[in-house]
Amino acid sequence: MEISLSVNGREIARDVEPQELLLDFLRDSLGLTGAKRSCDVQVCGACTVLVDGLPVSSCCLLVAQAAGSEITTIEGLAEQADFARLEAAFTRHAALQCGFCTPGMLLTVSALLKAGELGSEDAIKQNLSGNLCRCTGYRGIIDAVADLAGVG
Amino acid sequence: MTAVVREPATRAQVGVSRPRRDAREKLRGEAQFVGDMLVPRMLHGRVLRSPIAHGRIAAIDVSSAEKIPGVVCVLTGADLHDIDPYYGHAIKDRPIIAIDKVRFHGEQVAAVAAETPAAAAAAVEAIVVDYEDLPVVADVEAAVEPGSPLVTDRDLVPGLFHGLGELAPREGNVCYRYRLDKGEPEAVFAHADVVVEGEYTFPAVYQYAMETHTVIAQVEGDEITLWANCQHPFLVRAEIADLFGLPVANVRIQVPYLGGGFGSKSYTKMEPLTVALARKAGRPVKIQNRVGESMVTTRRHNMHCRMRTAATADGRLLGREVICLFDTGAYADNGPRVVATAGDAAPGPYRWEAYSVDAACVYTNRAPSGSYRAFGATHLQWIGESQVDEVARRCNLDPLELRRRHLCTPGEEIRAGGKPLDADLVGDVEKVAAAVRWDEPKAPLTGRGVSVGLLAAGAHPVSSAVCRLEADGRVVVLVGTTEMGQGPRTAFAQIAAEELSIDSERVTVRGADTRFTPYDRSTGASRSTTIAGLAVQRAAADIRGQLEQIAGTSEIGSDDYLALMRKHFGFAGGELIGRGEVAPVGTGSYAEGPVFWEVCVGAAEVQVDPETGFVRVLRTATAADVGRAINPQLVERQDEGATLQGIGNALFEEMVYEDGLLMNDTLLDYRVPSFEDLPDQMTCVIVENEDGPGPYGAKGCGEGALAAVPAAIVNALADAGVPMNELPLTPERVWRRIQDLKKEGTWQQ
Repeated sequence: MEISLSVNGREIARDVEPQELLLDFLRDSLGLTGAKRSCDVQVCGACTVLVDGLPVSSCCLLVAQAAGSEITTIEGLAEQADFARLEAAFTRHAALQCGFCTPGMLLTVSALLKAGELGSEDAIKQNLSGNLCRCTGYRGIIDAVADLAGVG
Repeated sequence: MTAVVREPATRAQVGVSRPRRDAREKLRGEAQFVGDMLVPRMLHGRVLRSPIAHGRIAAIDVSSAEKIPGVVCVLTGADLHDIDPYYGHAIKDRPIIAIDKVRFHGEQVAAVAAETPAAAAAAVEAIVVDYEDLPVVADVEAAVEPGSPLVTDRDLVPGLFHGLGELAPREGNVCYRYRLDKGEPEAVFAHADVVVEGEYTFPAVYQYAMETHTVIAQVEGDEITLWANCQHPFLVRAEIADLFGLPVANVRIQVPYLGGGFGSKSYTKMEPLTVALARKAGRPVKIQNRVGESMVTTRRHNMHCRMRTAATADGRLLGREVICLFDTGAYADNGPRVVATAGDAAPGPYRWEAYSVDAACVYTNRAPSGSYRAFGATHLQWIGESQVDEVARRCNLDPLELRRRHLCTPGEEIRAGGKPLDADLVGDVEKVAAAVRWDEPKAPLTGRGVSVGLLAAGAHPVSSAVCRLEADGRVVVLVGTTEMGQGPRTAFAQIAAEELSIDSERVTVRGADTRFTPYDRSTGASRSTTIAGLAVQRAAADIRGQLEQIAGTSEIGSDDYLALMRKHFGFAGGELIGRGEVAPVGTGSYAEGPVFWEVCVGAAEVQVDPETGFVRVLRTATAADVGRAINPQLVERQDEGATLQGIGNALFEEMVYEDGLLMNDTLLDYRVPSFEDLPDQMTCVIVENEDGPGPYGAKGCGEGALAAVPAAIVNALADAGVPMNELPLTPERVWRRIQDLKKEGTWQQ
């Protein structure tokens, strides 16, 4: 089926399979491998991308469902002007280890920062709980996000 | 080769929290993992796995699968007649793909290579297998019953890296046994004032590295190339060469970034099957596991243990007896080493008059078990330390005071013939106790616990490194250590920079590619900073020595390097190559080891809700007794990550089996810790006594907290009134225990 959508500000029209997942489309058709496959069941958040500004698990969304939407992946986020702040905070707090969850984590954080939903440590813990990290123990990520959100 | 180590006062590059060298790539999503890589002409592989726990394969019909458009080939056990298809670094007991029999739910039965993932998936669905059920050895206790069916009838053949002395013949389903004995336990128990005893179980646990096992294999003539997310590329290389009858140098393994390891990617995993499939297809093949597949690729051993501890009326620990059965699943994987390490951890670091430890590695019809961070110690520390606390309770002693009196001190024997204690355990436990406010009053239904243990760390101490000083003054370090999040590239850059008195930003660390990076035994057992780091230090010191030789004086500064190189080479090119090596002292045998004792010291404060059985971890503290922290921030992050995994292991992580079938093979029903499981306070106390064998007195860390935290939580929960002998501490299990205590009249709250 023919669909069109915007990915990182670029308009794309493609013929896709009806059952094709957004994650596979981004990784295999567009070569945007920053979104990672892990749990396949919308638990871990490694495949998170922004669909019209909201964080979505691309492992559980058909690309056809994203037709007409604006998609932002980590590759697009990294080109935005305010990414430097995120990058600096995550680097300063060593808020990453293996880096596999990191792109999804940053996309969720960027969206929720904009929405003002990370205004306290409790809010950070609650609202980021859809993104798992097995390496860091979360402390560094919370510290980085708290810095960005001006918490504490 | 002598390492030139300067005095601490002059150190500018180590002991400093330099930013991670891989931060930019990883934050921008540019870091490449195997799953992100493409190789020309690459096919997609997919595996058909057994739906039953034990059975004979009567027939496999692949004819429909082979006809699906895009399918290049289907591999089964029948394709492996030209090689000896059994591998296993400890015991060669595992076929590359099932031959005649399946021995666990999830075992590889057939593999498809196809042009697209969709064609491969469709072909797997189209393969028809006729199984004849065999009796299932469903759990470890049944496996050791006399007359139990056998999981395998093969004789035990030692693998290339079993490293455990002579293998005894298989006793039924027991493939390996580790014994540790001291004195005469019977006599000690006969005269003890206090004896604490119990039966305990530890569940099967999934490591959940977020990146699943992924391999690309290419076979061209007599050359095999792999892109694999393996922790130990040099050991995998040897096993692949051995399996396919090639010289070691004809097997090349390139390891990009790993998306977590925690032991799950140690030793050989999906590599042999991917090579066999690529060999048949005649084209490169990628196999990327789904989470459910990685759960049956390796896991932590579940375990059953009987333990008793003897003490005097004033709380002096006298003796301990431990009998434990480790469920290694259908194939040994790293089970023998897990069991030996558990055996070493079983007595605990106290001044025993006598002990006996009998730890058995047992085959069952479950998926193979291997390494998971702090293996062995995590299994047994919570049991031993809960008995120490019970001794303290019966003797009316503060558990911290008992440990102050009876813990071993530096230099004391831990295991006959082995390395004496190389850490200040009393100092460590005092620090973590203080961090959870040990002496302050407790709220109702709240308890505090500490735990102390040791983990035999370092594995076999063989590592090498090369440093290249380039003509632009920059340094490249080649070292086989894999970067799986723990940060060796950052730490090694700091070490090399320190030796050469340059900024660590001028050092780049490359690895691992077995064709170009020098040999490093493995990335695990908390060994990289200690052993590979020492090799890096020596390699950098070697360059420094060459520069001094060129200058004819040791009075040179880093500003002189370029001029000295130009003097030596006569033009603006050339490079100085430094070599660093670490080899065992003595025979390097396991009995003489370990390289160092990794400290497993922690404390916890928990609160229990008796209405629901829910346990909340309020505070944790761990001691990162690292000798010398090369990068303190990365040390803290290691302990914090291990603490969260410890909370998961203690409170809710459990692989559930029914008659050999894994029932919870997705993250929907296998829960790992999220942000919301973080304790209110998580403290990592870095202890730097410069008592490690690594560079600047460093020794490894990052695993100990995973053994210490569950034990501290169990002790804290007992302190809150609920002694438990089964993990994980799920609300249901804790609630039932409270009901039992109420019936017994021993519920104190």
